[in-house]
Amino acid sequence: MATLKIRNLRKGFDTIEIIKGIDLDIHDREFVVFVGPSGCGKSTLLRLIAGLEDVTSGTLELDGRDITEISPAKRDLAMVFQTYALYPHMTVRKNMSFALDLAGIAKREVDRKVEEAARILELGHLLDRKPRQLSGGQRQRVAIGRAIVRHPKIFLFDEPLSNLDAALRVQMRLELARLHQELKATMIYVTHDQVEAMTLATKVVVLNAGRIEQIGSPLELYHQPANLFVAGFLGTPKMGFLKARVVQTSSTATDIELAAGPRLRLPFEGSQLAVGSEVTLGIRPEHLVIDPNGQLPVTTDVTERLGSDTYCHMVTASDEPLTVRVPGDFAAAYGESLKLALDISHCHLFDTRGYAVSRVLQQAA
Amino acid sequence: MNATTLKSTAPTSLPNQTHPAHPHRRKSPGWLLVSPSVALLLLWMIVPLGMTVYFSLIRYNLLYPGENDFVGLENFEYFVTDTGFMPGMTNTVLLVGSVLLISVVLGVLISALLEATEFWGRGIVRVLLISPFFIMPTVSALIWKNLIFHPVSGILAAVWKFFGAQPVDWLATHPLLSIILIVSWQWLPFAILILMTAMQSLDQEQKEAARLDGAGPLAIFWHLTLPHLARPIAVVVMIETIFLLSVFAEIFTTTNGGPGFASTNLAYLIYTQALLQFDVGMASAGGLIAVVIANIAAIILVRMLGKNLTDKA
Ligand SMILES: Nc1ncnc2c1ncn2[C@@H]1O[C@H](COP(=O)(O)OP(=O)(O)OP(=O)(O)O)[C@@H](O)[C@H]1O
Ligand SMILES: [Mg+2]
Repeated sequence: MATLKIRNLRKGFDTIEIIKGIDLDIHDREFVVFVGPSGCGKSTLLRLIAGLEDVTSGTLELDGRDITEISPAKRDLAMVFQTYALYPHMTVRKNMSFALDLAGIAKREVDRKVEEAARILELGHLLDRKPRQLSGGQRQRVAIGRAIVRHPKIFLFDEPLSNLDAALRVQMRLELARLHQELKATMIYVTHDQVEAMTLATKVVVLNAGRIEQIGSPLELYHQPANLFVAGFLGTPKMGFLKARVVQTSSTATDIELAAGPRLRLPFEGSQLAVGSEVTLGIRPEHLVIDPNGQLPVTTDVTERLGSDTYCHMVTASDEPLTVRVPGDFAAAYGESLKLALDISHCHLFDTRGYAVSRVLQQAA
Repeated sequence: MNATTLKSTAPTSLPNQTHPAHPHRRKSPGWLLVSPSVALLLLWMIVPLGMTVYFSLIRYNLLYPGENDFVGLENFEYFVTDTGFMPGMTNTVLLVGSVLLISVVLGVLISALLEATEFWGRGIVRVLLISPFFIMPTVSALIWKNLIFHPVSGILAAVWKFFGAQPVDWLATHPLLSIILIVSWQWLPFAILILMTAMQSLDQEQKEAARLDGAGPLAIFWHLTLPHLARPIAVVVMIETIFLLSVFAEIFTTTNGGPGFASTNLAYLIYTQALLQFDVGMASAGGLIAVVIANIAAIILVRMLGKNLTDKA
């Protein structure tokens, strides 16, 4: 069992506040991923949880026990660092057994645990090597092994895959997911790679400038982003944003006029929106179709061919960029004028302050 | 073909032997480029060494000019059987060993403490700790002799008097210990300088990982800091050994090697042979013995510690 409650957690370095009041509940066996742009405080938050930094205010509670002031060693958490932080002069075996040896656990028990971790991570044949004799991926595994042997309540990962090459990263990502299942562990994972966030997480926490923007399952965040930041942060290529103005509202629909020209009737709850206010329409590349009868005139910019798909970058009449996903063999000339059809049922509408406007739940039609 | 033999025996030979007629030689221009400096260094070394060897094999006493006949290894025999030889050897070993021990142990402790604690004025303390290294040996020996060890006006005498004890004439009663203290005072800063710099390169995340693993400050020091310092300690030991084998000025300005041979080391013994007894031949023999000893020490050190240097962390 491991549940972590974070209440109004704040952290400042000198006078600058970096973590600006975090409230978060992490439940047993969850795989929680912190994502956010660089410098938003993900690592700091993780280090606060680990106890490597002192909190400025707020509390941390692990399984009902207040751990805010408890030393890192006694928190029963294990951390995997971005640079692995292996002890360079110790063998792999010693690296993994270090914590257990310090805790004075019997030799046989230590050996058993190390062998067990080595088996899970397929490190058996490397146990007597020094870290410098290992490849990046192997070092990464040792770092994870060092955490596993301790049977911590929560595993903390700070961008553990960012030093690996792309292929290895994909493989380690799968292994981490497998490990999470196999160990039935609670994990907190920091990354700025949204693919990692989407694929690994059972719960994603999107951070921005020291605050939580949204918490939810990966698909929830993808399909129902709470605000412009989350909408723009998750998904590659990014969601396209079009400036618009509200022209008419009702409880079942909102009419907007895009800066790019056309008027649209959207199934959004309009009662909160003032007529004439500035709003933003968000639409993902997969929900746009090139269609001669479409509403939105655009000019093609560059085209990215990925084989399976092609991403066409377009510019609207109001000079706003949009990306469209089209089949892989699609050919568009640079500077060509085309028309796009928007999939109204998959649009997102954000009000003047950037918050999502709620969709009308069930359409009568 | 003359050139080929030259090549194998004397890499110092002149660059003009690389003739276009030998195309294979042109494949290693690196050798050609370093040869002037290698030649210069070898000359620098070989000429004095050769002269020393020559002097050590002849009778060469300045008091009896002209009687420079060949005497074989007699000079060596005299030097080794001299009453000063055994004390000189023992004192050299004691001096080098003690100063190494003091400077490495204190150096590690002081730099670890400096690194671990934050306090106001740490920068100034660092500079102060390192500054004795920049004082000339003669000057520092004189400072110790006159301001610290002096039985009447020294600081230690004042302390002894304060506690009602009889002041000690350090240089007369504990000559070797006094020399060890002086030399340690000079070389401890060197150790601190090297070790402190090395300490700063210890990966912070390793320490944090160790903290999470439950290691306290002592365990971190023992399991992370010390192994991390193995290489810089090896450097300190090697460099200091080479310099400590030839400590001279400190002895010359304080005890003059005495009383008796109580603070005479090998370097000082050679000096007494050469310039007090004017026996250049015997001094040269002593010099060669010192060179051999220094080389043995160097080989042992390289064997013992060199592994640390080539072992990449
Ligand atoms: N010890 C420190 N002293 C002062 N400022 C710090 C310290 N550690 C972090 N910061 C600041 O806190 C902010 C958040 O840092 P943090 O390392 O948590 O970012 P991050 O979200 O992990 O970014 P990245 O994705 O680049 O790792 C940064 O602006 C950083 O400059
Ligand atoms: Mg970070």
